Amino acid sequence: MTATRRPGRRRFSPASAGADLLLVLWFAFSLFPILWMVLLSLKSRADQTSTYFVFTPTPDNFATVLSEEGVRLTGVDFTGALLTSLVTSLGAVLLSLAIGVPAAYAAGRWAYRGSGDIMFTILSFRFAPELMVIVPLFVIYNQLGLFDSDAGTIWVLQLVTLPLIVWILRSYFQDMPEELEQAALLDGYTRTRAFLMVALPLVRPGIAASALLAFVFAWNNYVFPLILTGGQNPTVTVAVTRFLGGGGQAFYNLTAAAALIAALPPLLVALSIQRYLVRGLSFGAVKS
Amino acid sequence: MSTTTAPPEAEGDGPGGGAPVRRVPAWRRGLRPYLLSVPAVLVIAGILYPFALGAYYAFLDYAAVVPEPVFVGLRNITGTLGDPVFWSSVRVTATYALAATAVETVLGVGIALLLFRAGLVGRLLERLLILPLMIAPVIAGVIWGLMFNPQFGVLNHMLGLGSTFDWLSEDRALWSVMLVDVWIFTPFVAVLVLAGLRSLPREPFEASDVDGAGWFYMFRRLMLPMMWPYILVAVIFRFMDSLKVFDHVYVLTAGGPGGATRTLQIGAFQNSITNLNFSLGSTYMLLLWVIVFITARYLVAVLGRAQRRAAGSED
Repeated sequence: MTATRRPGRRRFSPASAGADLLLVLWFAFSLFPILWMVLLSLKSRADQTSTYFVFTPTPDNFATVLSEEGVRLTGVDFTGALLTSLVTSLGAVLLSLAIGVPAAYAAGRWAYRGSGDIMFTILSFRFAPELMVIVPLFVIYNQLGLFDSDAGTIWVLQLVTLPLIVWILRSYFQDMPEELEQAALLDGYTRTRAFLMVALPLVRPGIAASALLAFVFAWNNYVFPLILTGGQNPTVTVAVTRFLGGGGQAFYNLTAAAALIAALPPLLVALSIQRYLVRGLSFGAVKS
Repeated sequence: MSTTTAPPEAEGDGPGGGAPVRRVPAWRRGLRPYLLSVPAVLVIAGILYPFALGAYYAFLDYAAVVPEPVFVGLRNITGTLGDPVFWSSVRVTATYALAATAVETVLGVGIALLLFRAGLVGRLLERLLILPLMIAPVIAGVIWGLMFNPQFGVLNHMLGLGSTFDWLSEDRALWSVMLVDVWIFTPFVAVLVLAGLRSLPREPFEASDVDGAGWFYMFRRLMLPMMWPYILVAVIFRFMDSLKVFDHVYVLTAGGPGGATRTLQIGAFQNSITNLNFSLGSTYMLLLWVIVFITARYLVAVLGRAQRRAAGSED
């Protein structure tokens, strides 16, 4: 019984071995698809439809996907898609930071009339069905010439990045003791300087974590670029799916290589901000 | 979610009477949060505009074949509510959201409990827990699609199912796309619940341990009530997101075969984008939004009660 409460002392018991076994089973299920994707991405054209685990690995697929050769074979400009994803995700995060940090500060620092309404409207974007907004935007963008443009994608990605950044940062600003800023004000700082020199540096980890997480969700988004970027200017998520249906020919190995490249930035970010992840994923509701 | 209230700063005079060195008139101080929120409010307005327009489309007859919109009142809504295809989508969505959320919650809580008590193995594996969650759902769909393939897929080969077993057949497709959902999102529940477990106070457990309480009693009477708020936050996020599921389902089945996986958002996509009947798609979305809104209100109220109870049981 007490084994659950004493992390320092471990002894072998059938129950703890069974628990470890269950964990290993879950992780086998959880990691196998990723492992399989890696294997498939290393297979040659001849091996791509085989289900064997033993084959001669080749890095060619990654080179093919990223080169003119890939465009010629599959008709998918994957390098262009990577660039589009980078520009739109980065642009969306920067815009959200520029407008979200002041709003989060105001909502975290003062209980002013209407602050609750603003915060919940922003949160509702996170839970609103995307197509409710996309269908009118589909019509509007076609009229304004924003269809298939980076600016149009950055704008609509605010639905993804803004709620995340504002809600996480508000929880950081709320946790910050107000006395620090008061002290700065008594020292003759203006409000603006107190914010810039005292408050902002203190929430820097929160800003970094929320920005990185927002970048991941913008990068991973599919439904907005699927409908609003049409054919010319797809993001990586849209481009990866194009490898599947290319001209009747199957390129499973190239698909896997492209999927792996597209999944790499989010995976690296996830591993680097693990400490802040829970708070970010729960929009500041769960603090760890 | 969290119902913390911001400290009311200097509503009347400076805090504690000690006036700051630079005096800012009260009306300007009161204006400050509004000025800071102006850019955000402008963006909110820019997003609410298409949102409202989408809701308005539900009351028009507007499609590529009807370029001049005609106001038709409630006709779209009554028509959709009388359409068995819509109700089939509602059933698919409800089944998906309820089953996926239930499985993910049970598995996620289980994994969190195992990791909480785990030894070295668990500590090593824990770092890898969130990997599926960080991969884009649509890419997860692509990966699983390759594995589901009856001829070339690795699953049929490894599980010895032969080359005719179709994971995405009409009666299996919904469960297969749910399996992918479970693969992606169970870690979401697990990391939230694990963070909750690690933040629990130790004293009540030590006290009841001294009193000779069994593990199960402690779990049911102490751990679970204190864990409820964390579990509920995870459930709220998972359930609300499942109601509007699109990405991996669309890339795996595009709603088929025969509408077996046609969730409400996929139905709206087919109506609005594939068939360019904007009004019909928007009607789907307006009705889904009503469902989401009512569910959210209910779940957030439940969460508030659980938070108050958990806070009360701490002392």
